[in-house]
Amino acid sequence: MLALTSDIQTPFHRLRAGWKLAALSLSTVGLFALQSPLWLAGAAAVTAGFYLTGGVRFARLGLRMLRPLWLVLALILLWHVVTGDWARGSAICLRLGTAVALANLVTLTTKLSDMIDVLMWLLSPLRAIGLRTAPVALAIALVVRFVPVLGDRARSLTQAWKARSTRPPAWRIVLPLTLSALDDADHVAEALRARGGVAAEFRP
Amino acid sequence: MQSPEKSIALIALFAALTAALGLIPQFTMPWGVPITAQSLGVMLAGAVLGAKRGGLSMLLFVGLVALGLPLLAGGRGGLGVFASPTAGFVVGFPVAAFVTGLVMERLRGPIALSAGVAAAIGGVLVLYAFGMVGFYLLTDRTLFAAIGILWVYIPGDLVKVVVTGLIVRGLYQARPGAILSRG
Repeated sequence: MLALTSDIQTPFHRLRAGWKLAALSLSTVGLFALQSPLWLAGAAAVTAGFYLTGGVRFARLGLRMLRPLWLVLALILLWHVVTGDWARGSAICLRLGTAVALANLVTLTTKLSDMIDVLMWLLSPLRAIGLRTAPVALAIALVVRFVPVLGDRARSLTQAWKARSTRPPAWRIVLPLTLSALDDADHVAEALRARGGVAAEFRP
Repeated sequence: MQSPEKSIALIALFAALTAALGLIPQFTMPWGVPITAQSLGVMLAGAVLGAKRGGLSMLLFVGLVALGLPLLAGGRGGLGVFASPTAGFVVGFPVAAFVTGLVMERLRGPIALSAGVAAAIGGVLVLYAFGMVGFYLLTDRTLFAAIGILWVYIPGDLVKVVVTGLIVRGLYQARPGAILSRG
């Protein structure tokens, strides 16, 4: 399944998605209000504790999700060490690392369907002013369905290229891939119309 | 006038295409900076679908990243993306596609040139503005460091601008009616 939700069960899996998102928003605001590296280190330790409630394997998964961040954080710290303000540099790095880790925790412990429910609830006020939200759910379903399809097609186009050339394909497969996506859109639109279509008020 | 079904299908398919472009193996510039094809998706959405549909398509893409789908290059995704220093770039995707479409709809020159100019304004200028403001805000105003890091990506993005022009011309030759920004 195309999602980041972890199979390793943690106490956080049982919490309601809406509550987790509300708590995440509040704690992120809190993290950006804190300035002292000591308090921020405390927050980082609490976050690490949260991850450990899911066991060591879950905590390792959490660390792996922070990997894209290391280089940028290292550069920021280096920059502040050079300019002689290491306290502020470490505060920035601790704050960003903790904020990203907390946000990842919500993503890792919440099912996609629960997140979509929260999104639809957030969008529901739009219905009061006459906008339909059902097409949003339809579009989400279409993307979830078509990402693997287009991914597979990109791979087979790459292989077809490699069978004929010693040079890497780079951007040359993007044109056929985009063309195929345009044709898919035609077929999907026809199929939707054949099944009754979406109601006529929605005109983007 | 496109049918609502066609609009929804195109918006969804270009969001999926942008994700698929993130899966294509990165190609590395001669000086060692890896470049993904993902922001090509942003430029193409704007240049092909036009401002409104292109922007909505990228809004859908960014929304799905927030909901927890690993759609960004390298399999990244989830709410953590929006707290990391590069959040501004991801948040800027819909605006970048919208501006690309807006410029494309107003230009009447050769299609490859128009698409290239539109991609340079929307997909590079606007996107970098968002990226830098995001970096500035999230890292407590260390802007100079940000500019130092970002330089290495600019040549790759200029390559993508040219590629967008060529691809939009190719699409126009294959499916003249599909370039909605020229409708």
